[in-house]
Amino acid sequence: MEMKYQKTSGLTDNALSYCPGCTHGIIHKLVAESLTELGVLDRTVGIASVGCSVFSYQFFNVDMEQAAHGRACAAATGVKRIHPDNVVFTYQGDGDLASIGIAETIHAANRGENITVIFVNNAIYGMTGGQMAPTSLIGQKTTTSPFGRSVVQHGSPIKISEMFQHIEGVAYLERVSVFNPRQVRNAKKAIKKAFQYQLDKKGFTMIEILSSCPVNWGKTPIDALKWIEESMVPVFPLGVFKDAGESHE
Amino acid sequence: MAKVLMKGNEAIALAAIKGGCDAFFGYPITPQNEIPEYLSKYMNEHGKVFVQAESEVAAINMVYGAAGAGARVMTSSSSPGIALKQEGITYIAGAKLPCVIVSVMRGGPGLGSIQPSQSDYNQATRGGGNGDYHVICFAPETIQETIDTMKEAFDIADYYRNPVMVLVDGLIGQMMESVDFDRPIKQRFLPPKDWAASGTKNHPGRNVINSLYLEPKDLEEHTLGLHKKYQSVIQNETRYEMINMEDPDYVIVAYGTMSRVARSAIEMLEKKKLKVGIIRPISLWPFPKQAFKEIGPNCKGILVSEMSLGQMLQDVQIANKGRLPIAFYGRVGGYVPEPEELYDAILNFKKWEVLD
Repeated sequence: MEMKYQKTSGLTDNALSYCPGCTHGIIHKLVAESLTELGVLDRTVGIASVGCSVFSYQFFNVDMEQAAHGRACAAATGVKRIHPDNVVFTYQGDGDLASIGIAETIHAANRGENITVIFVNNAIYGMTGGQMAPTSLIGQKTTTSPFGRSVVQHGSPIKISEMFQHIEGVAYLERVSVFNPRQVRNAKKAIKKAFQYQLDKKGFTMIEILSSCPVNWGKTPIDALKWIEESMVPVFPLGVFKDAGESHE
Repeated sequence: MAKVLMKGNEAIALAAIKGGCDAFFGYPITPQNEIPEYLSKYMNEHGKVFVQAESEVAAINMVYGAAGAGARVMTSSSSPGIALKQEGITYIAGAKLPCVIVSVMRGGPGLGSIQPSQSDYNQATRGGGNGDYHVICFAPETIQETIDTMKEAFDIADYYRNPVMVLVDGLIGQMMESVDFDRPIKQRFLPPKDWAASGTKNHPGRNVINSLYLEPKDLEEHTLGLHKKYQSVIQNETRYEMINMEDPDYVIVAYGTMSRVARSAIEMLEKKKLKVGIIRPISLWPFPKQAFKEIGPNCKGILVSEMSLGQMLQDVQIANKGRLPIAFYGRVGGYVPEPEELYDAILNFKKWEVLD
């Protein structure tokens, strides 16, 4: 019998720690497949962050460093400056990247660090039990915004891709999602392209991925995917925000 | 290399290069700015890495990343900046990574001042980071000793896979002395860094740099492993100097700049026919407790002197075990005590005696 499809060698055999219906698993697969197809697994160093994806160091079949909360891009800078020919990526959630780690992320981007940031935006703090995130939507009820996020009290959801498109050091920036197979295929293309840009030494690349959190959103996995499409995408429109296309010096 | 006249901070920077530093990550703060300024010029020239980070927090996490990737890395800062680095320092200790941290102490608390101080003894030896960990901390008293310590610090960090701090006050950072960069350091066998996250093509298996152990069994085993390492550091790296310690009438305990002041003070006291010795801790952690056992039977008391209101004092109290009376004399605000002040403090020992 011919093998048509198998688990990518970019993932270890460890069981994923994510909740049922969470799309972190899909995103892990896309990152791992991209690195495998580019043939760079043996020279890749990944940076795990703090949050649900803290255990990603157990899942990606590459050398990994687990960074302090928000500091993934700083740690990635340290690795990349020592090993410029390694592929270096961070895998961060919205709390890690858009709240506590926004300074590290902006400055890594502004220096044009030749790294790839996988930014998983699910509009909530998942690991700690569903608190409000910087990307939570207006009206979204969380354990720390029980009456819904309000502009007056909390400000509006922060739009990372819209902000980062103005940073000179950014070579490629796209917002994608994984709420249906077509979006998954598109996300894969974006992720692989970002890594290819890194291999071409074009500069900082980031893929923002709208992801689901059925448990903390209080939705079924299917309703959670619908919520991404119907509620998140209007606030965080999908698309390419920046494609420098040429070498970054 | 012949002797050269050099400023403390610049000497620290050059000693780092001589010590085989691969990368520097830092953020400006007075009074240590000459360190990154010097390195920004010379690291790139030597094909090494220099990055001015966006904050102390980012700098120490760049150190984490680079150290985890197998490099010999350092950062430098001063009091409020070291406070910000504590987060990264506990991660570095927890992940068993080597690095060198230079702390050039200024006044505190808060923004304090930019004058010299020794009020970060607790910050250096107790850490502000979370968890059961230690930073190996050396406090040299001259620029020459600072250079020798810096060169060796990278080896010590690599040997124990632990952060090493070189702690000086702003005075040592800012003054100039005649120094020699070619003094030999202890040779150590340093095993290859086969644990580094540098890509699996460089080593068998998959390397993970991490300080997270959610299972109680795993975290206890990990922490006990660190503890065992620290016992070996205490055994092998405790350093101190005994000065004029044959049967002294009094003993002064002082480190860094203050031990130099004490050296002048005991000469003045000699003329008063008073024999005063000095215990000079060189490693602050591990603290040289054993030195206090060597104090002769005729000693009438111990004077601890710091440019703080008494931080090392607590370690001296622990080491003394209630045996001898202890007095404390310290200045803060950026003042460096004059030898005359220590002279007076010994002559009026009772006045400064610490009653606990």
